[in-house]
Amino acid sequence: MTQRELADPRTGVPGRSTTPRARPAQTRRRRAGAGARAPWWFLLPALAVFTLIVVIPSWRGAFYALTNWDGLSPQFDFVGFDNFVRVFKDSAAGASILNTTLYAIGVMVVQNFIGLLLALGVNSAIRSRNWLRVLFFAPAVVTPLVVANLWQYILAPDGALNTALRAVGLDFLAQDWLGNAQLALPAIISVVVWQFAGYSMVIFLAGLQSIPEDVYEAASLDGAGSFKTFWNITRPLLAPSMTINLMLSLIGGLKLFDQVLIMTQGGPGSATESLSTIAYKDAFQFQLFGYSTALTLVLTAFVAVASLIQFTLLRRGEDK
Amino acid sequence: MKRYTLKTGALEVVMILVALLFAAPVYVLINTALNSGGVTASLAPVATPSFDNFATAWVSGGLGPAMINNIVITVVSVFLIVVISASAAYPLARITRRWSKLAFAFFLGGLLIPGLLALIPLYTTFRDLHLIGSIWGLVIIYVGAQMPFSIFLYTQFLRSLPLDFEEAATLDGGSPFRVFWQVVFPLMRPITGTVVILNTITVWNDFFTPLLYLSGSGTNTIPIAIYSFTGQYVNQWGTIFAALIIGVTPLLIFYFLLQRSIIKGFAGGLKG
Repeated sequence: MTQRELADPRTGVPGRSTTPRARPAQTRRRRAGAGARAPWWFLLPALAVFTLIVVIPSWRGAFYALTNWDGLSPQFDFVGFDNFVRVFKDSAAGASILNTTLYAIGVMVVQNFIGLLLALGVNSAIRSRNWLRVLFFAPAVVTPLVVANLWQYILAPDGALNTALRAVGLDFLAQDWLGNAQLALPAIISVVVWQFAGYSMVIFLAGLQSIPEDVYEAASLDGAGSFKTFWNITRPLLAPSMTINLMLSLIGGLKLFDQVLIMTQGGPGSATESLSTIAYKDAFQFQLFGYSTALTLVLTAFVAVASLIQFTLLRRGEDK
Repeated sequence: MKRYTLKTGALEVVMILVALLFAAPVYVLINTALNSGGVTASLAPVATPSFDNFATAWVSGGLGPAMINNIVITVVSVFLIVVISASAAYPLARITRRWSKLAFAFFLGGLLIPGLLALIPLYTTFRDLHLIGSIWGLVIIYVGAQMPFSIFLYTQFLRSLPLDFEEAATLDGGSPFRVFWQVVFPLMRPITGTVVILNTITVWNDFFTPLLYLSGSGTNTIPIAIYSFTGQYVNQWGTIFAALIIGVTPLLIFYFLLQRSIIKGFAGGLKG
């Protein structure tokens, strides 16, 4: 509902269900279950507000996907599945689906790679570790709007990045980062990674800290090198954190919105357009509300299917 | 315990260099905001730092009233989110009947629904109820929209919490209402910390909902004030950046005060 939360649903830690250790606790609960008397009506306020604010309006909204409503006029016609057919014929929609996929994969891979390296770094004995943990997570707290504005300035043709490159004699690397059709999309991914790498780091760090120290001691007594230790001990034990991180960043990448809208408005041309930005433009600039809703539903299906596949694969990986 | 070796020293140097690179944009932000001379894209530290930009941003951006609105909206929303989602999680976690599992799945499904879908129908309803332009309208939206995620965190936590305490309290004759608020809720403190922090960040930073639901009403939140401000002061980056700094300061203070529990909260959420 809140667009920020949707554009960036990395706000959280789906937790226990992914750790195998949660299971014994659950069986214990069932055995003792008869004793607890949780009143069912405790559920009612949440159910009411969720149904009224999210479920019913979304349901009514989804209906417009079957119409040609412009979002304003009182009249509209029922057009069946025309809008969906159009999504798959529309080349702009096709390009945005491709971009959305690139955002999702780019953000997921780079953010978690950097997040993992940062986590390993600040989980060591270095003295600055507590400071660095706070510092790396700080951008995740800041409004994406603010981050996008700041980077828009840094990446401008005569912005801070180019000034810095020229100052050290790397003039040939200076670019119009956001104005170049090839570079704008990777530039946006980099900004998202800068903002949220610390988020991944914190989740990995939580995973790393739950690995008992003696496992490493045993490995070093056996003479395992540091890469071997990482691959054979840290990596498998980090699987639950990896699952959460990959899922959150995948969903975040698929729903990317604020950052694109502020930094490039989808341009140059349609080089950085995502499914969310074209759905937004179709609804509020081009008065194609019915069509926009169809695009939104395609995005929903995309997110649902991608996260389901990913979750199944990762779960299987965790159990090994 | 790990020892501080030569290798650790080398890692320390590398990590600090990475941190400096990471923080470089923040340097640009502050340095530009302190420069009232109007010279753009200079990387050297400002010779005569001045706070003129901050004064301009504060006054002409109307950041004062926007800040008050943001604080009221965030505090009220987060309070309601905690009370409502924590109590909903209680039956969801403790009742093992089929309907309880279905209800949990119903809430989780909300995580997948994009906000764009509900936007227009909800807007027309709110218009009929005269809630457009009202900060209370926003509060209602946040409470509804944040339910799935907060209920998810609470329910997962509660499922791994032993029953002993509530059973003892029930045997002592406590009503379910009192057992929950006086025994169970205090035990959920770690996850309440996480719920408070993550919802505060989301609600405080939200841009799109107030953009639509407050537009033209003269009522602003910080992200909206900044957004309209950047539209007015195109390319006056010193003033824009001063506004950005003012806008994120309260949240950063909140973060620095609570950073220990944030990182612990994450760890708590992960351990089974």
